[in-house]
Amino acid sequence: MEQNKSSVIDNIDIEIPLFLEAVYQKYSYDFRDYSKAHVKRRLLHRMSIGRFTSISHMQEKVLRDKAFFIDLLEDLSINVTEMFRDPDFYKSFRENVVPTLKTYPFIKIWHAGCSTGEEVYSLAILLKEEGLLDRCQVYATDFNRKVLEIAKHGIYQTQELDKFQRNYIKSGGKEKLSDYYTLKYGSIKFDQALSKHVVFADHNLVTDHVFAEVNLILCRNVLIYFNRELQNKVINLFHESLVHSGHLCLGSKESLRFTQHEHSFADIDAKQKIFKKKIG
Amino acid sequence: MNKALVIGTSFGGLEALKTIIPALPADFKLPILVVLHIGDHNNDSFVQYLNGISKLSIKEAEEKDEIKKGHVYFAPPNYHMMVEDDETISFSADLKVHHSRPSIDVLFESAAWTYKNRLVGVILTGLNQDGAYGLKTIKDYGGTTLVENPENAVASIMPKAALSETNVDFVLELDKISNKLIELSVQD
Repeated sequence: MEQNKSSVIDNIDIEIPLFLEAVYQKYSYDFRDYSKAHVKRRLLHRMSIGRFTSISHMQEKVLRDKAFFIDLLEDLSINVTEMFRDPDFYKSFRENVVPTLKTYPFIKIWHAGCSTGEEVYSLAILLKEEGLLDRCQVYATDFNRKVLEIAKHGIYQTQELDKFQRNYIKSGGKEKLSDYYTLKYGSIKFDQALSKHVVFADHNLVTDHVFAEVNLILCRNVLIYFNRELQNKVINLFHESLVHSGHLCLGSKESLRFTQHEHSFADIDAKQKIFKKKIG
Repeated sequence: MNKALVIGTSFGGLEALKTIIPALPADFKLPILVVLHIGDHNNDSFVQYLNGISKLSIKEAEEKDEIKKGHVYFAPPNYHMMVEDDETISFSADLKVHHSRPSIDVLFESAAWTYKNRLVGVILTGLNQDGAYGLKTIKDYGGTTLVENPENAVASIMPKAALSETNVDFVLELDKISNKLIELSVQD
């Protein structure tokens, strides 16, 4: 009889959990509850460009070489983003969240998993156009310090500028996107007045705790990389951080499904994944 | 017994899928995961239309969906769709592969990791090389591979690329594919 290959575990499926455990023990970054397919794909990629013969071989390297670990952090965090990504979301945000924000004398916002910051500047532009930016305090966090540096500087390549402009217009932008940046040496730099109310900070959703009570949380396209347990843990963290009736905005393919707090939030715009914390 | 079916296609894919999926019976034994390249457009209306003319239950996949037989899951635009080892669906907004997100390679590779030799992979008409690597991975894991005959496909680049990478099991005309899939769905 032909051997049933599905019952044989690939070595790599033994090695990856050991590798992630080693990374956690050594560097306190915890990828053990990330989506397995995502982690496997990224680790195989690194294994291939680093010409390692196996994940175990790569484990030896990561335990002894901090610089290699930093590269690996890059691999495991996805930093694909853009200005006004999913313009319909920003449009809905203007219509459905801004009116509530206008009732607050002071607005604290947590942008979790902000990556290189394009969406932080997008939000700042929107808040400015709605006359809210001056009473906002935005905490923009990520576990990857490299991307936070980029976010702080607010300097981006121009190659996607056309797309950014289109997104801005579709999102209901009231001015011209070019009013908010200067063009220099083939890059754009956002007006620092936009980030005056933003603190960029290192925070890890997996291992760190609540750090402030906020009126609004944006965390878009981060939870997709987590397994159910970790999604649940992070949604608990958000629930705890939000004031009553505070808003939570997730990525267009993310939901509260399967989490303990599935019923602790009301839909504000189910399609755009905008939720409001229920009282009680 | 096979456990799942994955299909990848781009240009001409709407018509090709309209030929194949409605011809599958209600008791079709495999779940079907589909990557159809359609750029940034959403595929709600096509998915709805296809669901209306098919006996299987067709929808755009949602994150963490359990993969069930008799159901067809389309990757949403702008996300890679992957199969987790507990037979659920996950997404990634990682870089495009062959200028494509969703990418056929990403789906096929992750499906091969989970289903190993109990997977059927199908490449249909299309205009780029996406899927060739993925189909090879399926074959490497002992799965079954099927490609639409490029001579008569609306766009031959994708099936040709797949054929050049892998010694595929079946090369078929579009109208013969659904019967072969029914055969493969019950085969030991």
